[in-house]
Amino acid sequence: MEVSLFDLRTGQKAIIMGLKGGGMFRKKLASLNIRVGKTIRKITAQPLRGPVVIEIDNTEATIGMNMAKKIVVESLGAE
Amino acid sequence: MKILLMGNPNVGKSAIFSRLTGVDVMISNYPGTTIELKKGKVKLDDRLVEVIDVPGTYTLEPTSKAEEVAVRMLEVGGVVVNVVDATNLERNLYLTLQLLERNIPVIVVLNFWDEIRHLGIQIDAKKLEAHLNVPVVPAVAVTAEGIKKLVSRLPEARAHANKYSEEARWSEIGKITREVQKVTLKKHTFLEKLEDLSVKPLTGIPITLSILAFVFWLVRFVGENLIAYLFDPLFELYLPAVTGLSNVLGGSGIIHDVLVGTLIEGKIDFVQSMGLLTTGLYVPFAMVLPYVFAFYLALGVLEDSGYLPRLATLVDAVLHKLGMHGLAIIPMLLGFGCNVPGALSTRILETKRQRFIAATLMAIAIPCMAQTAMVFVLLGPYGIKGFGIYFVTLFIVWLALGFLLNKVLKGETPETFMEIPPYRIPYLGSLAKKLWMRIRSFLTEAIPFVLLGVLIVNVLYVLGIIDWISEAAAPVIVGVLGLPKEAVASLIVGFLRKDVAVGMLLPLGLDMGQLIVASVVLTMYFPCVATFVVLFKELGAMDLIKATAIMIVSALLAGGILNALSDLVSKA
Repeated sequence: MEVSLFDLRTGQKAIIMGLKGGGMFRKKLASLNIRVGKTIRKITAQPLRGPVVIEIDNTEATIGMNMAKKIVVESLGAE
Repeated sequence: MKILLMGNPNVGKSAIFSRLTGVDVMISNYPGTTIELKKGKVKLDDRLVEVIDVPGTYTLEPTSKAEEVAVRMLEVGGVVVNVVDATNLERNLYLTLQLLERNIPVIVVLNFWDEIRHLGIQIDAKKLEAHLNVPVVPAVAVTAEGIKKLVSRLPEARAHANKYSEEARWSEIGKITREVQKVTLKKHTFLEKLEDLSVKPLTGIPITLSILAFVFWLVRFVGENLIAYLFDPLFELYLPAVTGLSNVLGGSGIIHDVLVGTLIEGKIDFVQSMGLLTTGLYVPFAMVLPYVFAFYLALGVLEDSGYLPRLATLVDAVLHKLGMHGLAIIPMLLGFGCNVPGALSTRILETKRQRFIAATLMAIAIPCMAQTAMVFVLLGPYGIKGFGIYFVTLFIVWLALGFLLNKVLKGETPETFMEIPPYRIPYLGSLAKKLWMRIRSFLTEAIPFVLLGVLIVNVLYVLGIIDWISEAAAPVIVGVLGLPKEAVASLIVGFLRKDVAVGMLLPLGLDMGQLIVASVVLTMYFPCVATFVVLFKELGAMDLIKATAIMIVSALLAGGILNALSDLVSKA
């Protein structure tokens, strides 16, 4: 089932299925290798409308809440 | 010919720069440590060649200021040393492929070569070299492994003018990574578990609070012990010499007052005498330096471990409400050491609005270590209550003012999007080097100002200018802040050096309430001259005038309120 990265449960791995945004948005994400087809793991989300933290390859990335809502993923379940 | 060091943020460009040129530069484990172009020279076949450390960039499509700088550097030409993080090959190759489209000679360095094994990654450097058709040199910048090889292979750097579309670039990268890299699953290490725990709010916030409490304790413990067992004994040895000088000069007179200062009950008092050779040396060396040393020791560990981007993530939501990114925590932390590097590091924030808010809040509410050390002396006798009120007041000012500025100033804060590097065990050699660079800049930049401050105090007293200003400022100083009018001398000197200024409050015989008011006002009302100059360069004249007006108004407001509260408490 496809959900947004924001809605994905903490601790789950997921494949990125789509990026709902323009060219600049996609380029910005691509700078940290966040692209369609990549596998990520959601580590946590900060309270008070704070950012989402994911693991991608061997780094982690902090992604603002509204950006996380525009990243569509399909869950692969917990690790 | 020039050598350009280029690569993604936080891949070790500065470490390689430092190894190549012998020039000391700041190296930390967070993206954006290098905020301006750094230049140095390397010897190649008896010829000195310029090396330029370019701030990190993910792409050559100029979408931000840092990337514009990088692209402009490429137009200058030369040889590009493309530093690649071997632990993140796929992502880093994007910039590499873009560089290979520019018809400029490129050589690739695979940094963090020692780390990939622990991560279960194998990279065939020879195969990668064949694919890219440029030299590829594995390296470990912090230990200098591979640097000689890099220098010897520099002449082999080769230019290409490939043409890819963005999609073709990624598919080429995919093909290359599949062929040269093998990843085997491995168990999570302790550091990796800690990485997760320190960004999850439930565990991360307690970890942060413990770290801050520990740093606070460490700074006081190391600072106090260095003073008690090293610097005070040294000054005891020095005392007879300066007492001798005082006797030779006859114990009074202008020259005596400037060099030795005023004798307190017939004796030299290193804190209060206010002579160039007494207070002028004692304050920077025996009161401030020990704390500066302790603070920078702790800060270095925090920077090099990779903790700061995690802290930035935890505080991001709160800082957004103050009009900044989580990353603005970095200028604030650096500001606790010295406001000058704090103001410079606001460049890590991408919009002008964020930089203005961060610089203003830092200059107002973050006391530098020199000032904090003196506040410890001033308020120390009152224990945690004394400096507790001082720090809590500044924290409330910081929060309230940030909230207000975010409401009043036009514009929005863009969403946070940043890389968090892995935890790394700090490398002792670079820690020591960084500590030394910071101590050295304290010694060479702060001490002349301390001496100048002490000199000016003397000149102003001799000329009677301080008396004159005291009278003029009395309504505000006495009426609003509840301080004796003599405190104005300290506010004048505060513009030069806040540590000397705080020290000048000691002989005034103030009570706890007055000491807190005076310390808070001294922190807030104006930046010291060194910070002022940097703020002028970073913000421009108009914004600096705005920031200064905010400082003066909020200092009087906070000081006035504290004074009223302290009156209430003493009457109750």
